Amino acid sequence: MKLLIKNGRVVDPFSGTDETLDILVSNGKVLSINKKIAVSKDIEVFDATGMIVAPGFIDLHCHLREPGYERKETIESGLAAAMYGGFTGVCPMPNTDPVNDSAGVTSFMIEKAKKVSPVRIYPVGALSKEQKGEELANYAEMRDAGIWAVSDDGRPVMNSQVMRKALEYAGSLGLLVIDHAEDINLVAGGSMNEGEVSARLGLRGIPAEAELIQIRRDTALSRLTGQRVHIAHVSTKYSVEAVRMARKKKIPVTAEATPHHFSLTEEMVETFDTNYKMNPPLRTADDVKAVIEGLSDGTIDCIATDHAPHAWEEKMVEFDRAPNGIIGLQTAVPLAIENLVLPDKISLKRMVDAFSTAPARIIGLGDKGRIEVGKEADLTIFSLKKETLLKKEDIKSLSKNSPFIGRKIKGAVMAVVIGGELHRLREK
Amino acid sequence: MKIGKHLIGIRGLSKADITHILDTAEKMKEISDRPIKKVPALRGKLIVNLFFENSTRTRSSFEIAEKRLSADSLNFSASTSAVQKGETLLDTVLNIERMQPDAYVMRHASPGSCKFISNYVKGSVINAGDGAHEHPTQALLDAMTIREKKGGFEGLDILICGDITHSRVVRSNIHLLKTMGANVTVAGPATMIPPHIDKMGVKVETNFDRALKGKDVVMMLRIQLERQTKNLFPSMKEYYLTYGLTEERFKLAAKDAIVMHPGPINRGVEISSEMADCRESVILDQVENGVSVRMAVLYLLMGGGEDEASN
Repeated sequence: MKLLIKNGRVVDPFSGTDETLDILVSNGKVLSINKKIAVSKDIEVFDATGMIVAPGFIDLHCHLREPGYERKETIESGLAAAMYGGFTGVCPMPNTDPVNDSAGVTSFMIEKAKKVSPVRIYPVGALSKEQKGEELANYAEMRDAGIWAVSDDGRPVMNSQVMRKALEYAGSLGLLVIDHAEDINLVAGGSMNEGEVSARLGLRGIPAEAELIQIRRDTALSRLTGQRVHIAHVSTKYSVEAVRMARKKKIPVTAEATPHHFSLTEEMVETFDTNYKMNPPLRTADDVKAVIEGLSDGTIDCIATDHAPHAWEEKMVEFDRAPNGIIGLQTAVPLAIENLVLPDKISLKRMVDAFSTAPARIIGLGDKGRIEVGKEADLTIFSLKKETLLKKEDIKSLSKNSPFIGRKIKGAVMAVVIGGELHRLREK
Repeated sequence: MKIGKHLIGIRGLSKADITHILDTAEKMKEISDRPIKKVPALRGKLIVNLFFENSTRTRSSFEIAEKRLSADSLNFSASTSAVQKGETLLDTVLNIERMQPDAYVMRHASPGSCKFISNYVKGSVINAGDGAHEHPTQALLDAMTIREKKGGFEGLDILICGDITHSRVVRSNIHLLKTMGANVTVAGPATMIPPHIDKMGVKVETNFDRALKGKDVVMMLRIQLERQTKNLFPSMKEYYLTYGLTEERFKLAAKDAIVMHPGPINRGVEISSEMADCRESVILDQVENGVSVRMAVLYLLMGGGEDEASN
């Protein structure tokens, strides 16, 4: 059966399209894109009037926790959350147990994902064996099994020689290196941003410089090696400036920002609610402004969730003892709409780019991030007018660690199309 | 006049609240001088002293305050508790909660832990020190002592010197003293002063001699021996040389200045023996006032009537 997405506002940053069009899908692929495509009996119609139709959204940074931490999340529950959040593909980080530093773990994740969800996964392999930051993992073996990038994510690579070799070797194999840029010695066990609020609350602070220093190192090594480096979750004004400056010097660096870093500030920590504890930590209003400017001018290429599920009992503890992170797959799109697009801080096209075209380009998914005749039909369909009320029971993740529960957020994902299959996610 | 349900911190208390607590504490002080040092104000109330961190002074002071108000108290310390067996803080508290306590006096190493617990219990939570966040009853007993010696707070120049970063005493004192109209300077090596502390309305000074000049109150903080390993200062000897309060240095302060310390003191580290024991030292007055202040806080939070207390 064919699928017709009718009368939606098609926004495709790749081709520059932004107009009301019909899209006909057949055999998993885009068959035609036209002003008016006739309806017939053998066509399932999705009326997208008043909605945005975009290339399928890809999350460059999430934690699916399987294998090893199935109490927090499974590949099945994580991908369900991804689909409800409007993502047609996600990149799970390697900090599972065992760590994804071998073809065995990579294959397990890919096979499992295929069984439980239509959402595509593009795993990120470990940069070093067991993420210890010492010896490089077997990149070629993992690449052949299906990884698209390498990273030690939550365990920053402190040894610059290891980072240099990772950039050189990954580059040789056509793999991207993603770095959680943070000098862990400067972090010194901190649990929030270092600033006025940490001074008052007596919580140990993490200075913005911990991130800046490592971004400077990474961009210096990128220049030295000529290899691409992608900076995960940029959270401060200084970091945005550092990336912008490196770009000006033609250093091949790309960057992402998370919805919480453009939506929330460090003042929230005054509640001591551990759903405001993440790494990098929530920063100041100035930092939020700079991150948004970075997203607007393209210094920060994309929006990634850093979806980090943690079990209820793990988060229901003293603030400085709680694990970092919040779930984010189901709130990313509405948060971007409410905080970026509707207040006119970035254009709709830039937002779609940040969620689809840019991540696809960064990770090297040639056919994704675009709506093109003959290509696989992965689409994200959303509304700028509908509201998302995040209720606990609507959360598909096994973990419910979100500070947005109970909050109404403007914007809502209505449906996704993955490989030509329509998934209606919400009543109109 | 109620001062709220919990006492999590000084932050949020008004000038009137603080004055009311101090006035009540002064009335309480007389009870400790009676031959029978007990009033029935909190008879039948159960107070749980939840100490997840070691404390002698603060815990004893609270216990005595509870006894003088006729409350029943239960001491719970982490070393003998289920915490050792891996129980979470919340589970520990929820278990105790079913024994129907009317208040918790809690000390814990994590900032915000008292606030966290206050969301899940029926009774009052009194913060007896949560990490480097707040230690409100310490600031109140300090204030009571300052008011006794100086008559008030308006325009007083107060110096707090030592490990500002790790001190809950400092934060509660800053909130209190600023609210009451005093000028506060914090001093110490920059390794032990958190950036942005000036945004709390205090002056920051790293030169101790300069900091001491003309101060009406000099409050020295305990230097914890284990900090040395974290490069906060190279040695005890060097600390004493640069930031130890000596008789010679104290001459820089105002003529009638007083010396304070929340204890326990390290003689020869942050303060010389002579200074600890000198006429200007009010360190033991602070300890004495601690009982009165804690009686006042327990009494006000747990809703006793004014008449009962003065009985």
